[in-house]
Amino acid sequence: MSHPSTYKPASGFEKWLDDRLPIVRLAHDSFVDFPTPKNLNYWYTFGGILAIALVIQIITGVILAMHYTPHTSMAFDSVEHIMRDVNYGWLMRYVHSNGASMFFLAVYIHMFRGVYYGSYKEPREVLWMLGVVIYLLMMATAFMGYVLPWGQMSYWGATVITNLFSAIPLIGDDIRALLWGGFSVDNPTLNRFYSLHYLLPFAIAGVVMLHIWALHIPGNANPTGVEVKDVKKDTVPFHPYYTVKDSFAIVLFLILFAAFVFFNPDGLGHPDNYIEANPLATPASIVPEWYYLPFYAILRAITFDIGPISSKLGGVMAMFGSILVLFVLPWLDTSKVRSMRYRPAAKMFFFIFIAACLVLGYLGGKPAEGSYVLYAQIATAYYFSFFLIILPLLGFMETPKPLPRSISESVLKTPKPGGATPAGAQSAPAQ
Amino acid sequence: MTTEISDAGPSEDGEPTRRDFIHIFAAVTAAAGAGATIWPLVHQMNPDASVLALSTSEVDLSSVSVGQAIKVMWQGKPVFIRRRTEAEIAEGEATPLGALKDDVARNDNLSDKVDATDDARVTASDGQARPEWLIVVGICTHLGCIPLGTASGENRGDYNGWFCPCHGSHYDIAGRIRKGPAPENLEIPPYEYLSDTVVKIG
Repeated sequence: MSHPSTYKPASGFEKWLDDRLPIVRLAHDSFVDFPTPKNLNYWYTFGGILAIALVIQIITGVILAMHYTPHTSMAFDSVEHIMRDVNYGWLMRYVHSNGASMFFLAVYIHMFRGVYYGSYKEPREVLWMLGVVIYLLMMATAFMGYVLPWGQMSYWGATVITNLFSAIPLIGDDIRALLWGGFSVDNPTLNRFYSLHYLLPFAIAGVVMLHIWALHIPGNANPTGVEVKDVKKDTVPFHPYYTVKDSFAIVLFLILFAAFVFFNPDGLGHPDNYIEANPLATPASIVPEWYYLPFYAILRAITFDIGPISSKLGGVMAMFGSILVLFVLPWLDTSKVRSMRYRPAAKMFFFIFIAACLVLGYLGGKPAEGSYVLYAQIATAYYFSFFLIILPLLGFMETPKPLPRSISESVLKTPKPGGATPAGAQSAPAQ
Repeated sequence: MTTEISDAGPSEDGEPTRRDFIHIFAAVTAAAGAGATIWPLVHQMNPDASVLALSTSEVDLSSVSVGQAIKVMWQGKPVFIRRRTEAEIAEGEATPLGALKDDVARNDNLSDKVDATDDARVTASDGQARPEWLIVVGICTHLGCIPLGTASGENRGDYNGWFCPCHGSHYDIAGRIRKGPAPENLEIPPYEYLSDTVVKIG
């Protein structure tokens, strides 16, 4: 939140630098003396966790690039070379491959937290949309990274996903050839994916800076959804309060991360990716990484033509639509109450939504046949209904619970259930 | 009004001024330059000369026995060649067009979009149908998996042709989609017979 700078240069050099490039002042005002709502819970630590995850991916990725060979005849072997010959190569690769999973785990919690507490609502719409951009970039980066080891799942995953573009009417086949650089996924494809896989994380880092900038204009939202009214009473400085809280959460997160790296490093991967890519044999079932499974289930749930739209194009549109709908979420949710803590009906639908996402994730890993297809269709219908029907209507139909008058009040006096409504509490947030 | 400001906008009678002309001309030139600059940056991603040079494959069919199917590579893609039995040919010819999900031949050897009759599916670039030989690109038209059914013992699906294990598409003995999510029949590549037993694909 915008606030007067409290930075005082401590030395002559800092004063000299501050007059020329106030970078220390920027860091001080952003991460030291930044007024932060005093009631943030642990769900709010995932932003910091994600920043660490991005740094880990970039460092281990740059190291892996020193030993990897982006050629169809050598890529698979060079990954095994990293695993067996390079000093600590196994560690770098396992941290990088599990790091991708941890990154997505954290981003999903971060996104669900944003939905639950209504963090995307005015005035944080741009902040939310930048987050969706980051998520799309993450998906593209992780997809291309998974192709690089050139195993069977790499090759066939790349084939299935690039073929999605051929569903675009008229120009689909040309776009696919442009992506491939040939008539199938082959060496030119591997080369360009490697180039872009190296580039995109830095694009993510750039958008992350915009994301933090957009966060620091209105300041953090918080679990009550009530805006800061009195900076002295409602906020604490980011350092040491949230640097310590975030650090503690990061340590817990790294313990989980390390448990995967050291005790089950291939647990989240697919064994078929230890078979070198073979363009003449499709694996029995092509399964994407776990973090794409819900979207894969949505893609396959559209098994019927919708008017002039073929089932193939319909599936692709549903899959991309399931992410693009997030861009307009701030305008779909019509409720004036930000946090679902005070929205009993929305809260119920939200937990069903989480269940639908988990069910879709489960079904994405199952063959698309029999009753699995029907369940995926039901869950897909709920996924879209949540955004396009439930949230727009609930704002008009739901009676929210009374909101606390301020952040400090919610922290100091938790109103007893059934107790008298505090005077002045309303169902709409006072600005 | 000052003369300097009025010089920048439209003249009083509404006619474009010389400055308007310069602005539009500069913008159009810059747009053309931007387009000419961007095109090489995009076109470099398209299939290059070395990829295009490997765009045909010659196959000797003499070792394929009746009822057998083989898999060959063409442009980095598998091509299925099946030497069909009399019964299989009869089965393909007996299928009515109305039973097909996609009734277009999808044969690159035929100039127009013709119906997906069995004959149209086995017609080479010389316009002659050779019902014994079915040549199709072995890539499911759904999302690009390789259907099973070429090697003996593999699942040939409900229609005795090919079965895609990824999302459950069934193709018949003429490579036509009959059931499942795939929208189109298996594509037939351009091919010509160099002799009775040698075919050039591409």
